[in-house]
Amino acid sequence: MLELSGAKILIESLLKEKVEVVFGLPGGQALPIFDAIYGSTLNFILTRHEQAASHMADGYSRSTGKPGVFIVTSGPGATNIVTGLGTAYMDSVPIVAITGQVATSVIGQDAFQEVDTIGITRPVTKHNFLVKDVKDLAKTIKESFYIATTGRPGPVLIDIPIDVQRAVHEFVYPKEVEIRSYKPNNSGHPVQVKKAVDIINNSERPVLYVGTGVVISNAESEIFEVSKKADIPVTNTLLSIGVYPCDSDLSLGMLGMHGTFCANKAVQAADVIIAIGARFDDRCTCKVCDFAKTAKIIHIDIDPTAISKVVDVDIPVVGDAKTVLKEMSVLIEKKERKNWSKLINKWKTEQPLSYDRNDNNLHPQYVIEKISELTKGEAIIVTEVGQHQMWSAQYYKAKRPRLFLSSGGLGTMGFGYPAAIGAKFGNPDKEVIVIAGDGSFQMNMQEMAVAVLNDVSVKVVILNNQYLGNVRQWQEMFYGKRYSHSCLAKRKKCPQWCNTPDRNRCPVYVPDFVKWAESYGTLGIRVTDKKDVIPAIKKMIETKNSVVVDVWIEKEENVFPMVPTGSSLDDVITRISG
Amino acid sequence: MRHMVSVLVENKFGVLARISTLFAARGFNIDSLTVSETEDSAISRMIIVVKGDCSILEQVTKQLNKLVDVIKVNDFNGAGCIERGVALIKINVTRSSRTEIIKLVGVFRARVIDISQDSMIVEITGDEDKINAFMKVVMPYGIKETCRTGFVALGGGHLAGTK
Repeated sequence: MLELSGAKILIESLLKEKVEVVFGLPGGQALPIFDAIYGSTLNFILTRHEQAASHMADGYSRSTGKPGVFIVTSGPGATNIVTGLGTAYMDSVPIVAITGQVATSVIGQDAFQEVDTIGITRPVTKHNFLVKDVKDLAKTIKESFYIATTGRPGPVLIDIPIDVQRAVHEFVYPKEVEIRSYKPNNSGHPVQVKKAVDIINNSERPVLYVGTGVVISNAESEIFEVSKKADIPVTNTLLSIGVYPCDSDLSLGMLGMHGTFCANKAVQAADVIIAIGARFDDRCTCKVCDFAKTAKIIHIDIDPTAISKVVDVDIPVVGDAKTVLKEMSVLIEKKERKNWSKLINKWKTEQPLSYDRNDNNLHPQYVIEKISELTKGEAIIVTEVGQHQMWSAQYYKAKRPRLFLSSGGLGTMGFGYPAAIGAKFGNPDKEVIVIAGDGSFQMNMQEMAVAVLNDVSVKVVILNNQYLGNVRQWQEMFYGKRYSHSCLAKRKKCPQWCNTPDRNRCPVYVPDFVKWAESYGTLGIRVTDKKDVIPAIKKMIETKNSVVVDVWIEKEENVFPMVPTGSSLDDVITRISG
Repeated sequence: MRHMVSVLVENKFGVLARISTLFAARGFNIDSLTVSETEDSAISRMIIVVKGDCSILEQVTKQLNKLVDVIKVNDFNGAGCIERGVALIKINVTRSSRTEIIKLVGVFRARVIDISQDSMIVEITGDEDKINAFMKVVMPYGIKETCRTGFVALGGGHLAGTK
């Protein structure tokens, strides 16, 4: 009989789950766990902030499809991961989070570094457990991995008090999981599938609206097959970039607030919308009551709560995207829809994504186009959140799913850099490039130590406009150009309010990202001229180690097209008038 | 519209918090709630009364089902379920009104459980309509205080397999 401490049971269980890498940061109430890691074969990566650990696990998971794992201590360790859990929860990323907790004997006494971790994390996890008895530990870990990775995936947290980490019990890792109250359903109901297919077969202007669920269930080839067979155009969300080949005639590009003109037009003109693994997020639907008014809506999703939550659905199909698509593709008729294709092509050519390509000024879209070309869309691109994220979504042509990682639902600034480090741990042979804004990057840039010390090469391209650019754009468009606290260069000596930024007159920007990169012993490159963009990107790709490229872009460049909040998808703005 | 939702859950600590957090986070208002162990001590039954249209109820039901500790959710709405709640009502009485009130108590098959010179406590058991009706008729005498329980409910004999 193998008797182990709770801490050792945890480590052995993680090894049984074939966990390749664990991120985290130690602390008082997790010391027995860290002692058990010492000398074990577990690959543990020490981060500089607990939040970053949670994003690294997230980026590892999004890029590999495997669950991400991290371990932090109680109290502030646990509160620091809330953002990471919320980010993963909104975007359905499987994560198993371990937190230390004060001893069971003092829980509730406001002990040092005690917080109600279970209470705090309940709304941002798929499920969480407080393990009060070491005999339940192995079973709880097994269940956590099962819950995190099945159904609609999500983060699961296990809170382990220090006395449970120390207590000794026989270690048997369960082979099977049986949770009577948790039985995710994968295959669609045949009657519903049949109804959906009948509607599709009789439709003239169908649109496939594919979301993250398609990435999660690896259903890209099934989507391709259905769309080709029945000649149905495909629009994607921010999180499903790469699921459908963007050079295909049937690809509409991204839908929604900053989506393409043709995707938004097509959705509004469609007679059937087939939503798969998408949740009708408000950034996609814009004004809900005007969304696809003429269309019947078929919604395929593994999560029943996603169905008819935002938009009333005509034909709901609860099931896994891949399984249901396979069931459907047999029944779907081969068909050509020439009039529909013609209309879509018209919209495509009428208003393609565009910026002033001949201008000599340094436009951010140009930088992303060049990254896309020079990496052939094969690199893993991780974005932060803001204008650069939308430009990346518009101009990076990802070849496959899981090559474009971004915080969609929660919109977490500071996600990108640590998530990219996590992605590199999962894909050591792939080029991993962060496209960041100067604002977002400053939220977790301390993690460069992790990249450098572990010989993990992550390339960072900062699209530096010295602003919280998205906030500034909204202030320009909807708040009378009152740039309240969106300028990151503003100093005490600046006029109190200023909306006439000029790089030559503005104070020196801090930090100097090049010097900052050099202080970690890595290469920093500054680009202030359009002609230096291509050489800098080439140099960045050639360099084996981490690189930071600080690109000084047009300060007041805006993201277009845009559907303002409260407007319908028909009301696309393509530039600021007058 | 009033909906009565029966939820069978794992009898573990924290499950009530999960359910109430869910209601708060999704903006659903709980009218009343009862929780008790069932004949199987590992399972608790909650009876949750919510008001809202059918789409709200649909979301409530689906969100409840999504919780890992929830075993089964049943909507008892208008489906021949038996519901009971209890109310204690302290009513102002005078010498002249006392007999009248006792008569009303008799009509409603309620019970007088405490009596003093100027007040009386009545216990009434029944569904929401009955309790409300009784409150309405004694209102003119002056109600000093009330305390009501949430409702307990079971599907009637023909509603097989509610568990």
